[in-house]
Amino acid sequence: MSRLSPENVTIAEEIIARYPRPKSALIPLLHLAQEQDGHVADDAMTHVAELVGVTPAEVLGTCSFYEMFKRHEVGTYVVNVCTNISCQLLGGEELLHHAETVLGVKAGGTTDDGLFTIEDVECIAACTEAPCLQVNYRYRYHVTNDDFDQLVDDLRAGRATDVPEHGVLATVRQRIAGDRLAGVVPPEVATEAPVWLPDPAEERAR
Amino acid sequence: MTAPTDADVVPVTVNGVEVEANAGELLIDACERNGVYIPRFCHHPRMKPVGMCRMCLVEVDAGRGASLQPSCMLPCTPGMIVDTESDLTKKAQDGVLEFLLINHPLDCPVCDKGGECPLQDQTMAYGPGESRFVEEKRHYEKPIPISDTVYLDRERCILCDRCTRFASEVAGDPLIHFQDRGSQTQVNTFPDEPFASYFSGNTVQICPVGALTAKPYRFKARPWDLEEVDSTFPNPMGDRVNVQSSRDRVLRIQGVDSDATNWGWLTDRDRFSFEALSHDQRLVTPLVRGDSLGNATDDGDELVATSWAVAVERAASAITASLEAGGAESIGVIGGANLTTEAQYVWAKLAKGVIGTDNVDAQLGDGLPAQVVTALPRNTISDAMAPGSAVVLLVDDPKEQFGTLFLRLRHAAVEGDITIVELSPIASGLGSLVTVGAHARPGDVGAVARAIVDGRTDVEVGGVEPAELQAAAAALAARAVTVIVGRPSVAEQAGPIIDAIAAFTELESVSFLPLLRRGNISGALDMGLTPGMLPGRTTLAEGGEWYRAAWGTVPADSGLDTAGMLEAAVDGSLTTLVLLGADPLADFPDADLASRGLAACRTVIAVDIFASSSVANADVVLPAAGFAEGAGTHTNLEGRLSPLMQKVNPPGTARADWLIAAELAWALRADLGIESPESAWAEIERLAPSHAGATVEQVRAAHDGLVIPRPDDAGADRPAMVSFSAPVPTEIVPVDGYALRLVADRRLYDQGTIVQHCASMAHQSDLARISMHPLDAAALGVRDGDLVRVTSARASIELPARPDRCVPRGRAVIPLNRAGADVRALIDLATVVTDVRVATL
Repeated sequence: MSRLSPENVTIAEEIIARYPRPKSALIPLLHLAQEQDGHVADDAMTHVAELVGVTPAEVLGTCSFYEMFKRHEVGTYVVNVCTNISCQLLGGEELLHHAETVLGVKAGGTTDDGLFTIEDVECIAACTEAPCLQVNYRYRYHVTNDDFDQLVDDLRAGRATDVPEHGVLATVRQRIAGDRLAGVVPPEVATEAPVWLPDPAEERAR
Repeated sequence: MTAPTDADVVPVTVNGVEVEANAGELLIDACERNGVYIPRFCHHPRMKPVGMCRMCLVEVDAGRGASLQPSCMLPCTPGMIVDTESDLTKKAQDGVLEFLLINHPLDCPVCDKGGECPLQDQTMAYGPGESRFVEEKRHYEKPIPISDTVYLDRERCILCDRCTRFASEVAGDPLIHFQDRGSQTQVNTFPDEPFASYFSGNTVQICPVGALTAKPYRFKARPWDLEEVDSTFPNPMGDRVNVQSSRDRVLRIQGVDSDATNWGWLTDRDRFSFEALSHDQRLVTPLVRGDSLGNATDDGDELVATSWAVAVERAASAITASLEAGGAESIGVIGGANLTTEAQYVWAKLAKGVIGTDNVDAQLGDGLPAQVVTALPRNTISDAMAPGSAVVLLVDDPKEQFGTLFLRLRHAAVEGDITIVELSPIASGLGSLVTVGAHARPGDVGAVARAIVDGRTDVEVGGVEPAELQAAAAALAARAVTVIVGRPSVAEQAGPIIDAIAAFTELESVSFLPLLRRGNISGALDMGLTPGMLPGRTTLAEGGEWYRAAWGTVPADSGLDTAGMLEAAVDGSLTTLVLLGADPLADFPDADLASRGLAACRTVIAVDIFASSSVANADVVLPAAGFAEGAGTHTNLEGRLSPLMQKVNPPGTARADWLIAAELAWALRADLGIESPESAWAEIERLAPSHAGATVEQVRAAHDGLVIPRPDDAGADRPAMVSFSAPVPTEIVPVDGYALRLVADRRLYDQGTIVQHCASMAHQSDLARISMHPLDAAALGVRDGDLVRVTSARASIELPARPDRCVPRGRAVIPLNRAGADVRALIDLATVVTDVRVATL
């Protein structure tokens, strides 16, 4: 339920400066908002709209297209259990059922302590390691019921150090120094072709 | 569009017949132009193609074998072979419709669109007879309001992207958008941020299903019960409309696509204004002064209903009494800008040719002199916005006041190669689409225009920095310039604006579009409903003889304008005043003078459709016919004549304005010789220098209307039309460093009579607020929402403040005619500009 913090506005401005049009920074800024609150709040969308100069409706249009932008509060750890074909054959549905029993919520729900959200997910591209799941998009392979119990214990005890809170994309933030930026300009004011394309004047001469 | 030359012609074979398409033309349009209709939902001729709905799939062979392609996305290429009736095409259309209907609720019996629904029609024509879909359809709450006037039923939506494209592409208000994904995709607003667009009603008109419905029309009629007629909406743009009625009641107004004017769009204020027509407070019977028992006594305190005979006789005897006591100069006529052009002529003839007074003014101190307006070389809207031209804006914010012109400007700015220079005192709704914002300080616009025209752009002039002056000069250089000119603020007198006009007339290639308030103001000025002028853009001096021969009499000297008439009423030299749909108490910039003037008049005769505050204090009230209740001709800002058609009968015994003038003349023992709007038009065509050759048949026959004066020399034997001569420049008022210069502008929704009598719009008028630049506000210690005292040399008012970055420094903006404080109290008509001081309370 909150707008971006002053620190995050600074980061947002830095991100916007990397693109020829402010609007292009929309998705990175939504990630930033999700990192701040664990989900993308309505107020954050309004704030992002102000920052990039579009209407909140347009931000919502983009945000709602992507399932991984959560527009309502979710648990600190979002557990995606795969039940697509390979995982299903090797016990994915049983694993999901076990997870639901252990955490006491159905798929799509969040535990009362706000720690876990379970989701039933389609193929997450790790069929060779089935059955598999993701915790905040970090993989766990060949997961047995015992492995799952262990994972929950580890997360509760803070021992799973490779899993940050929901919304955090990476533990190290990418910073691009001003002098390393490509110096992008909007296409309509560009006077020369990008370096990787042949010069249109030379093309014509040929 | 210009006629195609051979190089532009692309031969295409459609269903075995070779037809000629224009180069770059979309296949769907080329087919339609040649009589082959391809079904479609998302394609709209005034918006860019998107290929959303796939309904227009046809079999096309462009040289690599036949395949199905969306014809709305496919420009014609030479030798293309198209089959719109092949088995493959039919199968595709059938399949697309089956998919579109999967989640469609098929609730046609309770749907407003049923009977005029493209989805319904095309399912019948091209679709499967039965549904094979047995699963559960998706469900949404039905219907949800997405704005004050528009409802959205998401179940019916087929996601054609028309409304959302209109909102972002045409109106520039992308407040509705696709949300979610896949089968859950829906159109919606951001939570708690409604689709508050001035143009939202257009989305209802272009919705190809019943997903968007407008509150004023919901469940009012079935399409097959509606009668319709193409007409013109009486606004300064002359928007073409289709008026639809059932059981003698106007129930809907739709835009008609006219290339010359509105392109099919309308603003919500115009579209939904028909609600006022059937309001139960309409004047339905003549009223005169009488006693509380309803008896029409001469000196009663009440307005009582009476017959036309009594009311007209009272009006005529008041006029006769004034004529005998004080001569023709003791009679005045204010208003008439909302009448048809014919009625304006008849009233001008009555006032100037029968009564003999030149005290006639259709503008209430908020316009420009007719001698200037009618003398300027005019342009058409389409030519003004042709690629490579330049537009100067010196008018009210077009988004607030002239919505369809705003849409044309917006389109030209986004798509076409035009430059826009804004000289108006504050930024308009065009925002960053304006090439140069040279917002002149009120009172200094003449000097700013002069600096731009003369190229003296090295120092600051009138609050405009040298950089902007140079940019403005560069934006106008070597382009055909059209100056759209009006009165952006009534707190700035007309003088500086006329100086700016005079400067611009010196440009090499320049024309004008005078954009003044009130529906048919162009017609009123053309018909001489203004002091010193006679019908046909000629002056008393020039055309006096001509009209004396035709009418018998014409005033010898130029008369008074509205301010002059009100002052004459106060000092007793004007005793009878006729109000033609005018409400000086609410509409004249000096409310105090209006109130003293009306009170001092012995007799006030009001011709109106509603009992506005001025009408309620009149002595004789004559109920008039409103829009769609009478026929005639409308004149728009270009001088374009287009027909106004009658669709319903006026309420009660209300009569057409021209007929009221004729009756009044008869009671004055004079015969105007006019029996119908057509006979009035015949006389206009015969007499008016500017209207020579524009016959009523030609006006009715032309789809886009007829622009006067006609290019031929049919009027060569008539009096010369007025020509522009620059007046002595108005002196510039020095800036008071402690004050803010006042701008009093107008907004779409205000306390105006029509808006306030429309249930769906009345509440949209906001409170009056004073806006100023955030830095000015900070310097005065004013925060958003603070109540402040605003003081001019004349009075002081209290109202809430709002910091607004769109207002240039040193200026304060207060909208006119809003609930709360009345900005008119601050304005002194005797001074060129009004400076105000702002203090926190």
